[in-house]
Amino acid sequence: MRPSAVRLLNILVPVKRAVDYAVKIRVNPQQTGVDLNVKHSMNPFDEIAVEEAVRLRERLKDAVKSIKVVTIGPPKAAETLRTALAMGADSALHVEIPESAPAPEPLGVAQALRAIIQREKEGEGVDLVIMGKQAIDDDAGQTGQMLAGLLGWGQATFASKVDVDTSAKTATVMREIDGGSEEIRCRLPLVVTTDLRLNEPRYASLPNIMKAKKKPIEKFTAEDLGVDFTPRLETLKVTEPPTRVGGGKVESVDELVAKLKEAGFTAV
Amino acid sequence: MFLRPRTAGSLRAFLRAYSTAPSPHALVFLEHRQGVIDSASLSALTAAEQLGGQITGLVVGGPEHVPGVVEKAKKLKGRRSPLLLEKLLSDSSPFTHVVSAHTASAKSLLPRVAARLDLPAISDITSLEHDSAANSTTFTRPIYAGNAIATVRAPSSIRIKFFTVRSTAFSAAPSTETAAEDKAVEPVEVDEPPTEHVQTLLTKSDRPDLGVASRVVSGGRALKNAETFESTLYPLADLLGAAVGASRAAVDAGYADNSLQVGQTGKVVAPELYMAFGISGAIQHLAGMKDSKLIVAVNKDPDAPIFQVADVGLVADLFEVVPELVKKLKE
Repeated sequence: MRPSAVRLLNILVPVKRAVDYAVKIRVNPQQTGVDLNVKHSMNPFDEIAVEEAVRLRERLKDAVKSIKVVTIGPPKAAETLRTALAMGADSALHVEIPESAPAPEPLGVAQALRAIIQREKEGEGVDLVIMGKQAIDDDAGQTGQMLAGLLGWGQATFASKVDVDTSAKTATVMREIDGGSEEIRCRLPLVVTTDLRLNEPRYASLPNIMKAKKKPIEKFTAEDLGVDFTPRLETLKVTEPPTRVGGGKVESVDELVAKLKEAGFTAV
Repeated sequence: MFLRPRTAGSLRAFLRAYSTAPSPHALVFLEHRQGVIDSASLSALTAAEQLGGQITGLVVGGPEHVPGVVEKAKKLKGRRSPLLLEKLLSDSSPFTHVVSAHTASAKSLLPRVAARLDLPAISDITSLEHDSAANSTTFTRPIYAGNAIATVRAPSSIRIKFFTVRSTAFSAAPSTETAAEDKAVEPVEVDEPPTEHVQTLLTKSDRPDLGVASRVVSGGRALKNAETFESTLYPLADLLGAAVGASRAAVDAGYADNSLQVGQTGKVVAPELYMAFGISGAIQHLAGMKDSKLIVAVNKDPDAPIFQVADVGLVADLFEVVPELVKKLKE
């Protein structure tokens, strides 16, 4: 905790480069993973996180002091950082891992993010982490919760609305839960994970894309941060899911009703 | 969000233990709402039984709810408490696995506790196999929105294996007459919890719960608006005793509530019957329903991807089909 009475908000947004959501993925013949020579883009939930950080600044003006984005990934992940910078982030941090290295597990990522946040403490500090609720490649949905746990911070998962009160140093968050939604009030510092409903991410304009090229990207390695990305779980194989064969079409509602009745589905 | 001040001081938990074979020993986080154990937790129990060892159920909540739930839990083969779980899982704990359903609250809780203990977690598993000799557990779980299945092994170096269970992949544990003992666990006092609960807004519905319904009637963007969504689909759903679902497009357009979304980012369902009306069948939607037993699709577009997975497809205008369907099913 810094001593100053006026606390300005420093936001950190972790982003991940993932296979584009529209790509129909294919499992590789060796069954070790999926074919990654396809279009990649920023994980959709992370785009929402960046957008939310930028919107917070638009709402809170100067109260948001900095928006930093961070990624852990191969050299190409720098493109993802440029995208985030073009959307409105100020600067970026890139924890570079070798192209051939296995993808870090959520726990490793959370530990690296904790190391980054501890490092940031020497400067402005971090008051708010906004990140996606899950990556659409591994679908684990763990990193935000793990980071909050490691830091001992509050967490607000599956956020569909975020209001920050900088003077009270709290955030009021609406969360998507099974069966409805839930409103919680959290003390800063805080980890928020985004639901799809939170906002509609903007497209970066050409001038902003040009400007983003001048924004700084700081590079690190796992060793710099003192973290080990060796997976703790062993991936034995990756396979295609059983394929479902469509049963063909029927011509009329009568045939459809007949099929339903045949399968035992009638009115209750 | 985690220890609500109004319950923090009164959290009570009960443990239930079966005295059967020695290790493994699973701790199953049983969720409940208004005195009823969630059916998803019953599926998590089934998954835990497949480990082949002891099972202890953990029920956490306010004192007004917990005893009733424990009574039910014993006959079976509000609740946020990461600190309690952490304490239970201290170095001397007998537990080898921590299991829960893949629900919103468990998804929020388990990874946090796992990280506090410097342990990884495995999300949304669809099958498991435990090797007692090697003390390793092998899981399968869908990745890339269900377009690939990963087989992962948690080796013996992982002291406690944390995992959440896809409830549609396991049947619910049935009731038995075997009574198990229960014991209360001392609540953990938390000073100044970082989060407080303000309010919960639940979507009220008389229809079956989407996650566990045996029949689902689902609508997409083609339903035009919220009024036509309701007036078209609800009579059919009621006639079939089905839950109502929606594609993300329908939810985003405001035709249906968020909680009805089926897909990678919404609910994953696997009912006996899934009827998709005006849903094209994007990858993200298929991720949430392609394990359904019988898929029926009605769409105007003969090339819609949904027809590739549908057992019965009908190329037609849903606004003509549904009323006719309702009429003929009534006969």
